[in-house]
Amino acid sequence: MSSDPGSLPRRRTRGRGWAAVGWGVAGVLLVAILWEVYKFLGPSEGVVIGAVEGEAGSGVLILPRTHDRAMPHVWSMLIRLGEPTSGGATPPLVVSVAQAAVMTLGMAALGWLIGVAVGMLLGLAMQRWKLVEWGLLPWIVVSQIVPLIAFAPVVNVIGNQIDRSGIPWPQWLSVAVIASYLAFFPVAVGALRGLEAPDRIHVDLMRSYAAGYWSTLVRLRLPASVPHLLPALRLAAANAVLGAVVAEVSIGMRGGIGRMLIQFAGQASSDPAAPWGPMFGSIALGLIAAGSVALIGFGLTKYRRGEAAA
Amino acid sequence: MRLRTRRGLALASAATVTALALAACSGTSDDGDADSGDFEPLTSIKLQLQWLPQAQFAGYYVALDQGYFEEEGFDSVEIVPSGGDIVPQDALVAGDVDFAIAWVPKVLGSIEASGVELTDIAQVFQASGTTQVSWAGDGITSVADFEGKRIGSWGFGNEWEIFAAMAAEGLDSTSVSITNQDFSMNALLDRDVDAAQAMTYNELAQVLETVNPDTGELYTMDDLDVIYYEDTEGAMLQDAIWADTERLDDPAYADAAVRFLKATVKGWLYARDNPEEAADIVYTAATAPGVDAFPVGPTHQLWQMNEVNKLIWTGGDFGVIDEAAWQKTVAGALAAINQQGLHLIESDPPASAYSNDYIQQALDALAEDGVDASGTYTPIEVTLTEGGQ
Repeated sequence: MSSDPGSLPRRRTRGRGWAAVGWGVAGVLLVAILWEVYKFLGPSEGVVIGAVEGEAGSGVLILPRTHDRAMPHVWSMLIRLGEPTSGGATPPLVVSVAQAAVMTLGMAALGWLIGVAVGMLLGLAMQRWKLVEWGLLPWIVVSQIVPLIAFAPVVNVIGNQIDRSGIPWPQWLSVAVIASYLAFFPVAVGALRGLEAPDRIHVDLMRSYAAGYWSTLVRLRLPASVPHLLPALRLAAANAVLGAVVAEVSIGMRGGIGRMLIQFAGQASSDPAAPWGPMFGSIALGLIAAGSVALIGFGLTKYRRGEAAA
Repeated sequence: MRLRTRRGLALASAATVTALALAACSGTSDDGDADSGDFEPLTSIKLQLQWLPQAQFAGYYVALDQGYFEEEGFDSVEIVPSGGDIVPQDALVAGDVDFAIAWVPKVLGSIEASGVELTDIAQVFQASGTTQVSWAGDGITSVADFEGKRIGSWGFGNEWEIFAAMAAEGLDSTSVSITNQDFSMNALLDRDVDAAQAMTYNELAQVLETVNPDTGELYTMDDLDVIYYEDTEGAMLQDAIWADTERLDDPAYADAAVRFLKATVKGWLYARDNPEEAADIVYTAATAPGVDAFPVGPTHQLWQMNEVNKLIWTGGDFGVIDEAAWQKTVAGALAAINQQGLHLIESDPPASAYSNDYIQQALDALAEDGVDASGTYTPIEVTLTEGGQ
């Protein structure tokens, strides 16, 4: 026990940090243990109801199969991560996964930036002119009903046409645009709600100061929108990663984690642990994306009173 | 004013096009001139594959690696893989590439559906590599046994041989349950289907690279019944080299086609005589940084090389389209009806859909150089390993 009183709070903070890490590790371990326990106890061929004897593929599988092809041991997946990606002298799977994850993260980040820019502009326009809100908001909501796998190839085709006409349009730009399509939505809605969050009395105060639109926006509305905006940005980050992965798969772009997942899934019979590599990679990707956005929040601590949970 | 400029431009371009067309016509009618180099030879071409780099495309990668393309006067040959994002015949029609590898029935479908003009200038695979794999003892040893069974199929235009073979047995999707299958063999291994579609050079090997939990050893051919579509009425021609029919009137393109085929024949000859080295060349190309093909490991590639060679070297001259096999493919494509009740094609393809002129020129030129591109392949013994690593 130190006699220096100044070191006490710092140590407590550090202790809390370690506790958070501990809980995180415990959570992951718990999932791994549950996986292994079910694999040990569950029937190898799963539980099927309504199967007809002698008819392949009949019935409904209600509990998953537990054999090694369907559920490899956790340690097999980890060992596979250290083995060569494609046999021979190829780099370990974990390296290939990391490279693919960085690629996808880059496209998701670009998609996030586009989405945030578009979402903010929409939010600002809708707050400024009620008519725009009435006209646009329903369409913004409807836009999210369009399935991404239907929308992605359209973006890709348009991108290819632009590319052929002479303006370079690489495939990763299509992926970023598709990712931004998912990312802009929470930002637009969050920005609108945030910008409209100030109390009437505060708006009136600004008006009594004869403050114009811009000073009201900068001094009142934007600071007040932070508690609504931060969760929206986090959601946008998660959506951008999801959008990038789905976009890669549906337009068949190679190099990223989504496409890698599909490619390894095709080898899942003889090498069942391999597809789990990119799966872990995409989980890490989502955490990194959400975590990076959380960093923005640290710079805005004083505006974060009453932040809504996302 | 502006309108007049635009109209003038349109007139000028129309005139240019006409002049070019006339020039092209005169070029072809005068064969002697075309051969003596009346054109600027193409030195840079692109080849579109139908999938990612693997031993299925060994000949082209070998030609690249061994400098056969340079020997035929090409400074640069780019082999463009497809991860399913690029349809080879579409890329060829769009002018993104100069030649493309694609299955004959798929291109016949495109020709009829969108009226594009493409020509099969070399039939690389003379035999079909498609199979339907079931468990030994389940009694599915011929297409007729499909009746009332659950049969896996990939779709995406890979399914027509199944429907053509079924049509020949009087079966269709009302009497046989056709189920979509993914590219792993889990549907068969988990008995979700009675018989799964598999290429001899890929998915069949994947089963044989999987450990049988009952024995702790890899599955063997004794565990399986394999129906080879090549032996059925449904057999269709597969990997072929396609060219743009209209462009073939351009002597420079036609000349490039012949030179490209010469290099390709040499590449495949090398792959026939050195399967280990050829498999290694493809594997190296597929695992090069930035390719992101993530192929199955080296022993799988060697298996694939061995099986692909069997499909190419069936005794005749390399790449020459066999009239009977072509007609059989067309007949199957006309007869096949899929789950949606649709035909692949409803009328005969145009005569321009295949031509032996270019491969014959290539083979003749090679024969002059003392290269014999006929014969058969002596299969090697390939021992598969778990996961193909």
